Amino acid sequence: MMELSGLISYAVFFLTLVGIYAILTLGLNVQWGMTGQFNIGIAGFFAVGAYSTAILSTDRADNWLGGFGLPFPAGLVGAILITIPIAWVIGRITANLRTDYLAIATIGIAEIIRLFFLNESWLSNGVRGIPGISKPFGLGNNGYLLLVIGFVALVYLLVEVARRSPWGRVLRAIRDNEPATAAAGKNIAHFRLQAFVVGSCIMALAGALYAHFVGFISPEAFRPLYGTFLVWVMLIAGGSGNNLGAILGALVVWLVWSSTEMLAGLMPSGLVASESAFRIFLIGVLLQIILVTRPSGLLPERRPPLPGRDQ
Amino acid sequence: MIEVDGISKAFGGLQAVRDVSFTVEKGGITGLIGPNGAGKTTVFNMIAGAFAPDTGTIRLNGENITGLPTHQLFHKGLVRTFQIPHEFSRMSVRENLMLVPAKQSGERLLENWLRWWRVIREDRQILKKADEVLDFLEIGHLRNELAGNLSGGQKKLLDLGRTMMTDARAVLLDEPGAGVNRTLLGKLTEAIQRLNKEHGYTFCVIEHDMDLIARLCDPVIVMANGEILASGDIDSVRDNPDVREAYLGSGAA
Repeated sequence: MMELSGLISYAVFFLTLVGIYAILTLGLNVQWGMTGQFNIGIAGFFAVGAYSTAILSTDRADNWLGGFGLPFPAGLVGAILITIPIAWVIGRITANLRTDYLAIATIGIAEIIRLFFLNESWLSNGVRGIPGISKPFGLGNNGYLLLVIGFVALVYLLVEVARRSPWGRVLRAIRDNEPATAAAGKNIAHFRLQAFVVGSCIMALAGALYAHFVGFISPEAFRPLYGTFLVWVMLIAGGSGNNLGAILGALVVWLVWSSTEMLAGLMPSGLVASESAFRIFLIGVLLQIILVTRPSGLLPERRPPLPGRDQ
Repeated sequence: MIEVDGISKAFGGLQAVRDVSFTVEKGGITGLIGPNGAGKTTVFNMIAGAFAPDTGTIRLNGENITGLPTHQLFHKGLVRTFQIPHEFSRMSVRENLMLVPAKQSGERLLENWLRWWRVIREDRQILKKADEVLDFLEIGHLRNELAGNLSGGQKKLLDLGRTMMTDARAVLLDEPGAGVNRTLLGKLTEAIQRLNKEHGYTFCVIEHDMDLIARLCDPVIVMANGEILASGDIDSVRDNPDVREAYLGSGAA
């Protein structure tokens, strides 16, 4: 019986992280899958969301800004409201860069954000991080899992409606052919900026949910490996452009990633030091297999249905 | 309707267009012809806002539109097609058309979340309009096909179809007949003529096919080496010795 309850609590922990990653991946899908923006600074917006809610919702502290002791919903809404102007400014500067330049710019910005939280102790308590971020409404791990699943469903619904809408149609057109989209009267810069901000806000929401789940955040948690690289693998493996694929990708990749942790325990002692490199290697192999056998991901993008029944 | 006044454009050391002036009359089909490299497409690009001229002004219905970006010109009623068809290859033929109408409430993200029923109702109207345009062009059977799978000529028709999804009244066609077979070309010509006569569209057409020009265009403007060589009706232009020389080389006249 002990073993079973241990297994269940591990499964709850596992699925909560899958849910948080699924939200991150849905955010990336708005930017990359729908618009073709090559953002590899996901970790930066993840961090902004996490730190925003941490500062807003923790109890008064002497070493860092706040905490303001606000309730959980205010923390989430605050995380999004703080992300909007940040993403808007970054998007104004970068969102119209060509794919590869956008990638360079965003990875730089994500590192700047991480180093900012690392060095500005008055704001974030620096390397020591912010503890005591509690789960809302007295929820335990199980209840919090349900809450995260609810948010995954909500974000999925919003993003899928957006994908099927005329708004999403313009984004796909931009991805397909920019000059023709401009010739059809669409303000490309405007739409790209919107997609960038919306995607970033979804990433920030994931960051806020993460902070309340783990209870303690420090800049270490927002390194590009966890915050950015894995999310990209999830979206590509799941099927970029497909929102269900984004969620499935998060599940599959996190499953593989977590099981490699156990695998590493079985490795000869001489190799334990290179455990983390080994895990990245395995994820790389997984991505290769998926890309070779299913180039569009596990669930390829599908054309949205047209309005009305007659098709 | 469109007044081009003394525009010039240089790319590096190459003077692509030099002091070009002409007028596209409202309700007409003006042809713009000339040998390859004459600067025709460069003129189109400047009128359509792809880039601004170095000097000179462009007016649309008296309003100075020099240097305005493409998407703003669209909303002033000026649209273009491209020499190489610019279809949205990974979208269906219908979606290619449905994208175009201006001021769709569903283009505002929040409307889709807060008043989705309104957006869907509006989108159904747009779908109906798109199907009408496809029937007009007689490519209705392709409506659910991916645009990337169409033939070159069908893509040209689709380009023309996109201009019909707007309230645009001035349309720049860049080589509508290039790579289109004879049957399809007849259909295309007919569509352009009907849009001109029945719907009051004003066209400016770049074209190499002299039959097409002769059937469609009056007046015809001839460009060579970035300058205007001659203009007038097709017969007077054909007989112009300068034009013959530009097309056929010196001594031909």
